[in-house]
Amino acid sequence: MKTAFQLFFTFFKIGAFTLGGGYAMLSMVEKAVVDKKHWIPSDEFWDMIAVVQSLPGVFAVNTALYVGHKINGVRGAVATMLGAIIPSITIILLLATVFREYRDLPVVERVFKGIRPCVVALILAPSLRMIKSAKVTWKTAIIPTLAVFLIWWCKVSPAIVILAALAGSIIYALIMEKKVKQALKENS
Amino acid sequence: MVYLQLLWVFIKIGVLGFGGGYAMLSLIQHEVVDHYAWMNTTEFADMVAISQMTPGPISINMATYVGYTTGGFFGSLLASFALCLPSIIMVYFIIKLFMNKKNGSLMSNVLKGLKPAIAGLILAAGLAMMNSQNFVQIGKGENNISIVICVLAFVASYFFKANPILLIVLSGVVGFFVY
Repeated sequence: MKTAFQLFFTFFKIGAFTLGGGYAMLSMVEKAVVDKKHWIPSDEFWDMIAVVQSLPGVFAVNTALYVGHKINGVRGAVATMLGAIIPSITIILLLATVFREYRDLPVVERVFKGIRPCVVALILAPSLRMIKSAKVTWKTAIIPTLAVFLIWWCKVSPAIVILAALAGSIIYALIMEKKVKQALKENS
Repeated sequence: MVYLQLLWVFIKIGVLGFGGGYAMLSLIQHEVVDHYAWMNTTEFADMVAISQMTPGPISINMATYVGYTTGGFFGSLLASFALCLPSIIMVYFIIKLFMNKKNGSLMSNVLKGLKPAIAGLILAAGLAMMNSQNFVQIGKGENNISIVICVLAFVASYFFKANPILLIVLSGVVGFFVY
C-alpha cells in the first residue's frame, strides 16, 4: 500500500506541474521513476516508451499505467493513472466553471479574439512538422492531401480516415517485414 | 442520453487516437462540433487554448472540458474515464504482446505508415477553424489583425519552436489592446 501511495503522489506531482502535454511529462516521469526511485532500469524504461508511443490513447496515461503496473500490479496502475489525471480534471473543472461564467464579459471576449487565431497557428505548425518528420515525398504527399480533402471538404469522420490508414499501414508494415526477411535470407 | 454519447465518443477516441493529443483534437472536433454540435468553433478554439495552458495531458483536459459543458460534473468524470478505458484494457492485456522485439518493430512500422495520414488529420482540424468566427470580421482592418496574429504565431512556433503558452498569452494581450 505504501508503494501505491508513493506512486500516486509521484504522478500527481507530475500531472499537476508539467505544462505542455504528455511528451513534456515524459522527462519528469523518467527523472522520478528511473533516476530518483530506481523503480525501473533505464534501458527497460526506454524500451517500454518505444512501444507505448506507437499505441493509441493518451500517451501520459499509457505511460503511467505501464509504470504503475510494472512496479505494483493492478493497485499500482490504478494509483499512477489517477495520479496523472486527477490534477488535470480538477484544474479544468475549476477553470471551465469560471470561464463559462465570465466568457461574455467584453474584456474576456477581447482577449480570446486575440487568442483564437493563435490557436489555429498552434494546430497548423505541428501538423506541418509531422509531415516533415514523416519524410513525406511528392509521391506520398497524396496521403495527407487526401486526408485533408476527405475530412475538411467532404466532412468524412476522421475515425474512418484513421481506420483506412491503419489498414494500409498494417499491410505496408507486413510487406516491409517480409522484404527484410528475404534480404536476410539472400545474404546468408 | 448525453452520458451514453459521451461514453461512446471518448471510448472511440481512446481506441483511434494514434499519435498524441493533437491527433485526438481532430477526432474530438468532428464529434463535438460537427456531429453532436455540443460546441461551436469559437468555443472549441477557446477550449483548446485553455487545455494548452493548463498542466497535464491536453487530451484529458479537453475530455474534461467537453464532458463538463455537456454533462456537468459527472459528465466530465465520465468523459475522462472513457478516454482512459481503452488504455487500461490495452496496457493490461495487449502490451505484453508488443514487448518483444518482433511485434514491437512491427507496431512502430505501422505507426510510421500512419504518420502522414495523422498529419493530414491535424491539418484538417486547423483549416476547419480558419473561419469568420475565429478570424473576426468586424472591420477590414481588424480582420487583418487576426491573420497577422496567426501568421506570426505560426512562424514563431514552426521555425523557432516558441513556447505555445507564451504565444497564447502574447496574442491574448494583443487582443486586449487591439479589439
